[in-house]
Amino acid sequence: MLRQNWWKIICVVALIYTCIEGFLGSVPALPIINETIRNLYFHVAMWFGMMILFIVSVVYSIKYLRTNNHIFDIYALEYAKGGIVFGCLGLLTGSIWAGFTWGAFWSNDPKQLGAVIALLIYFAYLVLRNSMTDMDKRARIGAVYNIFAFAMLFPTIWIIPRMVESLHPGGMGNPALDSNDIDKRMRIVFWPGAVPGWTLLGVWITTLRIRLQLLTEKKHTSEPTKKKFSHA
Amino acid sequence: MHKKAYFWLLVFASWFMGFSARAQDSAGGKPVEMADGLRANGKIYVVIIVVVTILLGLFAYVIRLDRKISRLEKNVK
Repeated sequence: MLRQNWWKIICVVALIYTCIEGFLGSVPALPIINETIRNLYFHVAMWFGMMILFIVSVVYSIKYLRTNNHIFDIYALEYAKGGIVFGCLGLLTGSIWAGFTWGAFWSNDPKQLGAVIALLIYFAYLVLRNSMTDMDKRARIGAVYNIFAFAMLFPTIWIIPRMVESLHPGGMGNPALDSNDIDKRMRIVFWPGAVPGWTLLGVWITTLRIRLQLLTEKKHTSEPTKKKFSHA
Repeated sequence: MHKKAYFWLLVFASWFMGFSARAQDSAGGKPVEMADGLRANGKIYVVIIVVVTILLGLFAYVIRLDRKISRLEKNVK
């Protein structure tokens, strides 16, 4: 997967399809949101991408704890970073969307607060890692913390915003991805185009970072031996 | 590996067949203002061209980065 190309072609095709059909395709005419419903292909896809990248990250953290293979720690870290970028973009685009439909860019909505808390927990993952200089300790504690951060995603963005009053779809009596406002015409762009397209773009950039990280690792491990031989 | 690529391309092509359903509708009889006028004037296509241009530029950048890293990997090996 790391160095294959077929899924990169899917990514390019899916995103071009999303950006053309996302604007041209007809959407349900709903008051207040009007044409902004098209943000579904971009804003909501960011959160799907973030969730998938975080799931991959936590899988690699568990793999690291089971095998102590340092490579898995690099994978877990880079996938978490990719997820954080998507999460920040999701929060920013959500805020912009809310500014023109809810009436304020930030209204301390449970969904907004939950998303911020979830992201702050992930920021702490990066801070915690960088506070340790010992490689093994950093990887081990980082992996354990990453599992905790992943577990915290569920109450903060999946459960609590649905239990209390929220302006965001997915709250009480306000289902997310409801068939009344997101109908067949939108699903045909969202599921085959936006979700795989944006997610694969995140995976692509993440794999590039992983490969770069593996390269620098190789350089660091091979350099001292080279020097030893050249000086001898 | 190539067979796999063709398989996925085929899967994706079949998705494209699906976006034929296009109908006008309104919420509860009241017409809701949408950007139909803009589309009738053909201006929405300008937005699409701009967005797709940005997208293609980003793809070109990522692909170049990908190739560069592949070359580095070859050199290290």
